Amino acid sequence: MNRYQQTFAQLKEENRIAFVPFWMLGDPDPDTSLAAVKSIAKYADILELGLPFSDPLADGPTIQSAVNRSLIGGMNTKKCLEQVAEIRGDFSDTPIGLLVYLNLVLQYGISRFFIDCKKAGVDSVLIPELPVEEIDLVKIAAADSRIDLVFLLSTNTPQDRREQVYQHSGGFVYTVSKPSITGSKTDLTTDTLELVTELKSQTEIPLCVGFGISSPEHIKAHKKSGADGAIIGSELINIYQKEGLEALNKFCETCASST
Amino acid sequence: MANFIENSGGHFGQFGGCFAPELLQPVLKKVEQVFEDFKKSKPLQAEFDNLLQNFAGRTTPIYHAKNFGPNNGAQIWVKREDLLHGGAHKTNNVIGQAIIAREMGAKHLIAETGAGQHGIATAMAGAHFNMPVKVFMGAKDVVRQQVNVERMRLLGAEVISVETGSASLKDAINEAMRYWISHAEDTYYMFGTAAGPHPFPEMVARFQRIIGLEARAQILDQTGKLPDQVLACVGGGSNAIGIFQAFLEDKNTMLVGVEPAGNNIQHGLTIGRGVTGCLHGSISKVNCDANGQIEESHSISAGLDYPGVSPIHAYLDQLGDAEYVGVTDDEAMDSLLNFSRSEGIIPALESSHALAEAYKRALIMKPEDVLVVNLSGRGDKDLHTVFEYLETKQS
Repeated sequence: MNRYQQTFAQLKEENRIAFVPFWMLGDPDPDTSLAAVKSIAKYADILELGLPFSDPLADGPTIQSAVNRSLIGGMNTKKCLEQVAEIRGDFSDTPIGLLVYLNLVLQYGISRFFIDCKKAGVDSVLIPELPVEEIDLVKIAAADSRIDLVFLLSTNTPQDRREQVYQHSGGFVYTVSKPSITGSKTDLTTDTLELVTELKSQTEIPLCVGFGISSPEHIKAHKKSGADGAIIGSELINIYQKEGLEALNKFCETCASST
Repeated sequence: MANFIENSGGHFGQFGGCFAPELLQPVLKKVEQVFEDFKKSKPLQAEFDNLLQNFAGRTTPIYHAKNFGPNNGAQIWVKREDLLHGGAHKTNNVIGQAIIAREMGAKHLIAETGAGQHGIATAMAGAHFNMPVKVFMGAKDVVRQQVNVERMRLLGAEVISVETGSASLKDAINEAMRYWISHAEDTYYMFGTAAGPHPFPEMVARFQRIIGLEARAQILDQTGKLPDQVLACVGGGSNAIGIFQAFLEDKNTMLVGVEPAGNNIQHGLTIGRGVTGCLHGSISKVNCDANGQIEESHSISAGLDYPGVSPIHAYLDQLGDAEYVGVTDDEAMDSLLNFSRSEGIIPALESSHALAEAYKRALIMKPEDVLVVNLSGRGDKDLHTVFEYLETKQS
């Protein structure tokens, strides 16, 4: 069993869902970021880490600002992978997923990127603008390095696309609560919860829900709907920016205890 | 007329594709399906042709710029897209896409704009088709294209100044895409150039191909021969692909795309100096650093100031079917002034890049040789930039 399979099996035993914090590597600067990730990793069942890209067109203002701080601090793909390796050293069992825009992978070199991800201890890669139709671009490189590819699925994804997403996804399927960019303030609509319940009846692959999840109450609601995990990103960045590391830890602790 | 662009499925060799966020995939599929329906529908095509003729003012003339061209050099002919309603070739595209939007059942239009020409064109189409328009424009461009901002507002469009990133065209596209992700159920994104995710490159090329079809027939009629070279400026590349397409099979006609060389240090030479990468939904040439961060482009003309380019041009460059060269800010400005004073036509700064390259080439060619330049827009919008430039040069 790989780390994802182990994690979801154990969560099932404990009757919990995964708390999946997202952090932008290098935000607000490389050293502080590393310390913050190591700190929130204590509460995380799965870690989702972003690589900064200058033109993140699926991301809202909070993550855009995090990207800017990270890039100003001199972060790049190589340094990100070095930090991931260091995090992996401290947390040997926590699955680590990367969220990376395609141009970073292309400039690093597709094969080299996946090989170095494996070396750093990465379990999955999500490329937000790589749809299942274009999977051939990275499929062999990912498989050779035994890295899972995570794809997104939304309320507006038609059934035939859903099937393709199930077929090609490894680790988990990143379910987007509603068509929006990251960090949108949303109330949990019954649509979203119903979607999760519907998807669960169609596939065995774990579903983690993200985009617009910002509170322990959201996590609880998604647990009820049958989701296997809840991803929180923008809200963590907001809390850290406003209130600092201690408040961030406290929030993560509350989230973890709501699973 | 069929060419490799049509029915390509959006892949042009290694370039193109539909690399857009999952949330846009269903709407892009719908755009593709409605566009395929358009290609089969005689009534929709007739509506398009009728609007091009009676709303936009086609056919545009082709004109022999005898005064501008060098003595004893090649003839320079210009395709007068500057005379198209709205003042630039952009109108061809927006009429086509507005029909697509209406057929999809969209209620709102959004667009990005750099120089403002595509924003104006979208505002005109929105008014004509009775759909409210939001135009995303980089804050820097809002300042340097103030007259166009006022024109968009006069036409009823809302102009949204984009402050994120480098506050230029690429950031306006990012914001428009983000807006579309959240509003795709009732909003259509009028993409302004032959870039972006499939089907935009193919679709924009299709709606712009009328330029080349007319120009080829006109130059044959006027000179009795096909041109030796066809030149057009390339930012995203829509006017260039518009005129190039008709000549792709004419092996004795050289196709020349002119990119902005800026001040030679800062530039927008995406094909000239870029690498294969992904920006705004397709794989093409991009200007980015070794890590993949997109670099700001620079050009005195806002309409060419873009670090990406159409995947169709990246492919034509790779095939060697078209040649891509650079022209500096200074050369383009000289041509704008010379063309205005010799011909009584103020060309857009964008098109002036192509005029500058044509002049250089005409100097060393024979008087019976024929160059066709796509005069893609008029230069009234650039007055502010021109006079600022002249003041700086004098001081």
